[in-house]
Amino acid sequence: MKYVIKNGSVVFKDGVKKCDILVEDGRIARIAEDIQSDGDVLNAEGLHVFPGLIDMHVHLREPGFEGKEDIESGSKAAVAGGFTQVCCMPNTNPVNDNAVVTTYIKYRAEQVGLCKVHPIGSITKGEKGEELAEIGKMAAAGAVAISDDGRSVMDSKIMRLAMEYASGFNLRCLAHCEDENLADGGVVNEGLNSTITGLKGSIRAAEDIMIAREIALSESLGIPVHICHVSTYSGVELIRSAKARGVKVTAESCPHYFCLTDDVVTSFDTYTKVNPPIREERDRLAVIEGLKDGTLDCIVTDHAPHSKKDKQVEYSLAAFGISGIETSFALSYTKLVKECGFTLSQLARLMSAAPAAILGLDGGTVEEGGAADITIADLAAKYVIDGEKFISKGKNTPFNGREVYGKIAYTIVDGEIKYAAR
Amino acid sequence: MVRRFNRGSKRFYDGGVFTGGVRKQSAHYSAKIFFNGGLTVRMGINYAASRAEYPLFLCEKHAGQAGKILKEDFMLTKKDLLGLHNTSAEEIIEILDRAEEMKALLRKNRKAEKILSGTALITLFYENSTRTRTSFELAGKYLGASEVNISASSSSVQKGETLIDTGRTLDAMKIDFIAIRHPLAGAPKLLSENVNASVVNAGDGMNEHPTQALLDMFSMREKFGGIAGLKVAILGDIKHSRVAKSNLFGLKKLGAEVYMYAPQTLMPMEIEKLGAHVCSSMEEAIEGAHCVMGLRIQLERQKGGLFPSLSEYSRFYGVKDSMLSLADKDAIIMHPGPVNRGIELTPSLIDGSSSVICEQVTNGLSVRMAILTLLKEYREKNL
Repeated sequence: MKYVIKNGSVVFKDGVKKCDILVEDGRIARIAEDIQSDGDVLNAEGLHVFPGLIDMHVHLREPGFEGKEDIESGSKAAVAGGFTQVCCMPNTNPVNDNAVVTTYIKYRAEQVGLCKVHPIGSITKGEKGEELAEIGKMAAAGAVAISDDGRSVMDSKIMRLAMEYASGFNLRCLAHCEDENLADGGVVNEGLNSTITGLKGSIRAAEDIMIAREIALSESLGIPVHICHVSTYSGVELIRSAKARGVKVTAESCPHYFCLTDDVVTSFDTYTKVNPPIREERDRLAVIEGLKDGTLDCIVTDHAPHSKKDKQVEYSLAAFGISGIETSFALSYTKLVKECGFTLSQLARLMSAAPAAILGLDGGTVEEGGAADITIADLAAKYVIDGEKFISKGKNTPFNGREVYGKIAYTIVDGEIKYAAR
Repeated sequence: MVRRFNRGSKRFYDGGVFTGGVRKQSAHYSAKIFFNGGLTVRMGINYAASRAEYPLFLCEKHAGQAGKILKEDFMLTKKDLLGLHNTSAEEIIEILDRAEEMKALLRKNRKAEKILSGTALITLFYENSTRTRTSFELAGKYLGASEVNISASSSSVQKGETLIDTGRTLDAMKIDFIAIRHPLAGAPKLLSENVNASVVNAGDGMNEHPTQALLDMFSMREKFGGIAGLKVAILGDIKHSRVAKSNLFGLKKLGAEVYMYAPQTLMPMEIEKLGAHVCSSMEEAIEGAHCVMGLRIQLERQKGGLFPSLSEYSRFYGVKDSMLSLADKDAIIMHPGPVNRGIELTPSLIDGSSSVICEQVTNGLSVRMAILTLLKEYREKNL
C-alpha cells in the first residue's frame, strides 16, 4: 500500500513545517515539500500531522473486568483518541504477573488489530508486594515494563530487588507512589476541600515519600526508575532536583492533574475520584511547569474505565479512576499549547517521543524510514466533552461540559488508517 | 441605627430605610413583616416579639436598596437539607424562627397538631443513634406525619442493595421525607439526587450534621437573643466531628466567632480557612466565650493512634470547672451528646446551672419539627 499525506502541517522535533509524507509498506518512505505520486492521496490541508501518540499508562481491564473495558473497546477508544501505541497496566484478573497473561493480551490485541498494545507486567506476584513476579518470562513474552500499578511496593527491599532484577531484562519499574499507611484510605487530597466535604484526605507526603524512596533506590543502585502520575508540587520538585544531580529518573503526569483542582470534589461527583487525588492550584501549576521544563517527561492518561455501577455509589465506596484516553489530546493541546504557550513540538515530545524513549518503543517521531505511526488532528475544531459519547465502555470523565480544541482526524498505525473522524 | 418601638399590638422597625409592621396571622402562628421597600418577610411571632436581630440583619444587608423587592416570601430554596455549607443565612434564620413557633407548641404540650398530616417520614439510619433518631421520629409524630424506621447496619453499606436502589424503593412507597444517617460523607446528597422525597441529613460521616448545629444555634439564640457577635468555643475531636463543621458553617453565616481547640491530630487541615480561630490553648478558646461546646471523643480514635489514652486526653483536653470562670459570666455549656462524663466535661459542668445540654434536646425536637414543616411548604409550592 502506498499513498501520500498531502499538505499537512507536520510536527517535527524542532518545529512545524508544511510537508507531504509518502507512506509505503507501513513505513514513512519520504518527507518532502511536494511529493507527486500515482497512488492514493490523503488530504491533510488545514490539519496537523503528529507522530503517532503513545500512552504508556492505560488500563484495558481484560482479562477479568470486561464490564469496564476490554482490549477491543479500549483499542477502539485509543485510536479515536489519536493513540497508535498503548501500554496496559497489569491489574487485571488474573493479574498480569506471568507470561501466560502477557501472551494472551498480546494475542487479543493482534486479533483486534487497531493500535499496538504493549503489556506491562507486575513487579510482584498478584501485585501483593511480596515475591517477584516472573519478570524474565514476561519480558520474553513481550512485556515492556513492570509495575504494581495502583499500589506501591511497600517493602523497600522488594522494590530494590525488583529494580535490580528487572534491569537484567532491560525493563524499567514504573512506580505508583503512595505510602499506604500514611494515605490510610484517603480518597481525596487532604486540605481545605477534604475538611469541607468530610471526605477522608490523603496527604501529599504519602505520594512524596514514595517518590523520594524510588529516587533514593535509583540513585543508590544506578538503575533507572519511572515515577507514575505525579500530582504534587513537592513531588515535581523532588524529581527536578534528582534529575539535576544526574539520577536516572523519568516521570509522567496526566491531564486531570494539570487541568483540574480539588475544588471539583466538593460536588461529591465520583467521576472526580482518582488515585493519586486531584490536588490544589499550586500543584496544578507545578505539574505544568514540570512538563514545560522537562522535569516531567511525558503525558499519560492513566485511562481507568469503570462501569456505572462502580461509580454510582457513595464517594468513599466508588472506584478510583478516570476514563481519559479520548480526551487526553484535546485537553493537553487546549491547556498546554493554547493557554500555556507550549509549542506543538513540545506537545509531540510529551505525548509520543518521550514515552517511546523511556520504554524503548519504535516510533515517537515523524522521520523517513520510521514506522508510519501518525496522528492527524484538526486543531481548530472546537467541541464540548461528553463522556456519554465515548467509545470506551468507561464514561467516567470529570470533564463533561468542558470546551476543548483539537479533534483527531486520522489515526494511522503502520501505514493503515485505523481511525477516521466522521 | 435601627430602632424598634411598639404601637399597640404591632411592632415597627425603623432602619432608616425600611419601616414596617408585624401583622398576626392566626392560622400560621407566624407573622409577616412588611417593609416600606416592598420586602415581605415571614417570621415567628415569638421571635418578632423578642429580638430585633432579623430586621437588623436585613436592614444592614439591604440598606440603600429601598423599593427593591428581593423575595416575596422567605422559604427554603431547596427540596433537601443536606448541610449548612450550602444553606443561606436567610434560610437558617427562617428555620430558627419557625423552631420558636414549634417550641411554643411543645411548651403548651400541644402535640397533636396536624401540620404534617398526610405526609410520611422515614428515618433511614445506617449508624446507631438514640437521640437524633428519636427526635426525628417524635418531630414527625407530634405534627401528625406517618412515621417508619429503617435500620440498616453499616456492613450493609458495603454489600447488598445500593443506596440509590434503596432510595428508589422508598420513593416508590410515596415517602415525603427521609431523614438519613450514614457513615460516609456525601451519602445524603447522593440519595437526594435520586429521590423525589425531601432528604434531611441526620449526620453523614465527617461531613455535616445540620440539624444538630441548628439546634445548637437555636439554644444560643434563645439564651443570648442573637447569634451575631457571640464567641463560641468548640473543644475536642474537631476532625471527626460533623457537629463542629456544621456549627462552624452556620455560626459564621450569622456573624458569630468560632474558636477551636483540640490535639493537632484531631484538628482538620486548613479549617482556619473556613473562618475558625484555631487556638493554641484551651484558655485562649474559652476566654470570654458565650458558649463552651464539648465534643464526644470516641475510644476507637485511641486505637487509631490519634491520642495516647483517655486519661491523658481528659487531662489536657477536657474542660475543667475552673475554666468556666474565664468564660463570659452568662456562658452556657453545650454538648451534642452522648457525653463521656468526666472526660470531655466534668460532671459538675454537665449538671451545673450553666449547662443547657438537656434544653438542647428539647430544642432539637423544635428544630426538626420546623424543618419538616418548612420542607412540606417547599414541596407544596415547588413539587
